[in-house]
Amino acid sequence: MPVLTERKTQPQYDVIVVGSGAGGGMAAMILALNGVKVLMIEAGRNYEPVKETPMFNTPEMAPLRGAATPDRYFGFYDSNIGGWQVPGEPYTNKQGTEGDFWWWRARMLGGRTNHWGRISLRFGEFDFKPKSRDGLGVDWPMSYADLAPWYDRVEQLIGVYGENDGIANAPNSSPGVLLPPPKPRVGELLAKKAGRKLGVPVVAAHRAVLSQPMDWKNLPKVLFPNNPKAQEILGKDMMSRAACFWATNCIRGCSIRANFQSTTVLLPPALATGNLDIITDAMVREVVLDDSGKATGVHYIDKVTRRDAIAKARVVILAASTCETSRILLNSKSRDKAGLANSSGQVGRNLMDSVGTRLGAHIPAMEDLPPMNEDGAGGLHTYVPWWLVNEHAKLGFARGYHIEMGGGRQMPEVKSFGFLDATSPGVYGRKLKEDARRYYGAQFGFSGRGEMLPNNDCYSELDPNVVDQWGIPVLRFHWKWSDHEIKQAEHMQQTFAAMLEGMGGKAKPQSGAEAIQRPGEIIHEVGTARMGGKAEESVTNQYCQTWDVKNLFLMDGAVLPSNPDKNPTLTILALAWRSSEWLMEEMKRGNL
Amino acid sequence: MSDSSPISRRHALKGLLGGAAGAAAVPTIAAPRETEPAPPAHPSRFVFHDPDFMQPLKFPWEKLLSAEELATTQALADLILPKDEASPAASEVGVPEFINEWVSADYPAHQEDREVIRGGLGWLNTESFKRFSKRFEELGAEQQSQIADDVCDAAKAKPEHHVGAAFFKRFRQLCVGGYYSHSQTWKSLGYVGNISVGGPYPGVLPEIIEKLGLQEVI
Repeated sequence: MPVLTERKTQPQYDVIVVGSGAGGGMAAMILALNGVKVLMIEAGRNYEPVKETPMFNTPEMAPLRGAATPDRYFGFYDSNIGGWQVPGEPYTNKQGTEGDFWWWRARMLGGRTNHWGRISLRFGEFDFKPKSRDGLGVDWPMSYADLAPWYDRVEQLIGVYGENDGIANAPNSSPGVLLPPPKPRVGELLAKKAGRKLGVPVVAAHRAVLSQPMDWKNLPKVLFPNNPKAQEILGKDMMSRAACFWATNCIRGCSIRANFQSTTVLLPPALATGNLDIITDAMVREVVLDDSGKATGVHYIDKVTRRDAIAKARVVILAASTCETSRILLNSKSRDKAGLANSSGQVGRNLMDSVGTRLGAHIPAMEDLPPMNEDGAGGLHTYVPWWLVNEHAKLGFARGYHIEMGGGRQMPEVKSFGFLDATSPGVYGRKLKEDARRYYGAQFGFSGRGEMLPNNDCYSELDPNVVDQWGIPVLRFHWKWSDHEIKQAEHMQQTFAAMLEGMGGKAKPQSGAEAIQRPGEIIHEVGTARMGGKAEESVTNQYCQTWDVKNLFLMDGAVLPSNPDKNPTLTILALAWRSSEWLMEEMKRGNL
Repeated sequence: MSDSSPISRRHALKGLLGGAAGAAAVPTIAAPRETEPAPPAHPSRFVFHDPDFMQPLKFPWEKLLSAEELATTQALADLILPKDEASPAASEVGVPEFINEWVSADYPAHQEDREVIRGGLGWLNTESFKRFSKRFEELGAEQQSQIADDVCDAAKAKPEHHVGAAFFKRFRQLCVGGYYSHSQTWKSLGYVGNISVGGPYPGVLPEIIEKLGLQEVI
């Protein structure tokens, strides 16, 4: 299926959407299904997962046997173009700040939705009112109840497996919304058993993977009542998505469209409406305004010819990814040196990533088991929601984390056999093969994903001295963890060690300061143009509309006022859908 | 999973800084104009940055090991992972070629491995000449093992064998990594994935549930 329309643009659109990932893809699809004429501008190249995904490719088909390199950090088959370095598009870190922030970028249609872990956890009721609860950070300008119906819709639209567990602050979905989760693998069952003794609940993960075919006959009517055209398009599209066939890792992307990517789930139906044009390899420099301060479009550079161009619309939506969106605002200086939509001074501030640590061990019980398929859904089947949400007074750190897990018989890679250094020193010959067979599949590990508090030391600004190859000033980052994150990281390590020992392994936990992964390494950065209840202290209202420019919206992670331990993609999707509906109402009311 | 970090932090950081420092060219900017047709979809596609999976994927750099170095590599790889009833020898699944790629790649971690591996191959042949007046690949299996036994365990190696032991450790890691990353070895290893399965995910075999006492958590 061709993803791009005719590669020409019209003189005027209703809405320009900058970025084609979770937020941009959702906004473009909802608008296009409702007859709005949309132009999407993507800084990366066109990308067609159905054709391009190296679904069953084995390592020997790739240079270096598919091993990770600095250019492809998560392995050669990772579905990402870009990463922590993009040729010709640098960023900097302020000298003397405590940690260098790593900024992950995807330069491809669909953005990071092509590569993510598909872990889809709802934020809970406490997550929307953190300041009211513990006095730290800020509250959201909405409650869980405001977003709950949109979570239901998104989960039904994209397909999410999971179970309702009734755990505090890990909300249930409405009945019938979630798809059945796949059965746990052996390591996950051992973890569940160990967790029972420790009071750590191991439950079904929530991931955006189809564990069975979609209910294409009914879902479109539920999701798009009174819109027969949308029902027809979505019905056809859902019918053509296959269920997971329990092979290959989701990080490669999915040519059978069993998991969620903007390019496989949002953009095809959006294009089928005929209301969406997409241009790729187009890097937006700034938002263009008229004399009254209204946005009239965007100024972008065509990356191939290096020619500058302007596209025009009634409304502009930035969904270029958290830091790129705030960078565009900071670079849009035609009226105000502080940057566009920045009367609050909050653009670029409040940068947050997730706290991450990991710990693994050799689990003797998993040695030498009969071979079985452990590819499963290409990611985790079980996880641990934060189980101590009411215990923070005792813990010494403010916010929680969830635990991800994995191991067992995954596809063998160059780096999969490091355990032999420990299990089999001095061994070679036939005995080495016996050991490899015995111990392969007996490695298991946990990763934490924790909530970081916003702080004044973590932000991005324009570097006054550096531009990228397009002449656009680049971001300069500042970073410093607070004790809350370091203590949380320490708690993770202690918990993981207890779990691994409960499974029969021997673990060596690190201190929090040693274990905490780099700022930006978890790729959950959010917050640099946060939403809020008041114009003085936030950049947008609860509908992602900037306070300063009424026809400018921000629909990506930039608007998140806090960064709960739950991965942000599902919430970005829900916010973008809700905000797009509100945007269309405002258009009808004549306010835009 | 604890071992899954694909490159060392230090090396990733080196790469990152190199990229950031090398890139601040300012192009001439034309005056903005009205929208033009967008460019073709695929600009430059360096194989490690943006591989084209619809084409054969070629290693982009010159492979550096000489024919002699490759012969020694093959001999040692086949000593470490020999052919048996269930699985091929290392050289039958391209391990020497993989090691050649590995040490020829233009990344800092690979440049360090290049020094270790080439230096180690040299050490091995020097040792072989000292003891048997022949290159390592010309020795019989028993003679090869005599040398390997002195260096295969770094913790037990004599001081005069430390260089050889450091080399052997890294060589064995690459050898095993190259061997089991070839799909022809997976059956003997016990990896049965990467094959599509219809219906719901089958889950853990009943005999394993029983063996490990997992009945209470399924």
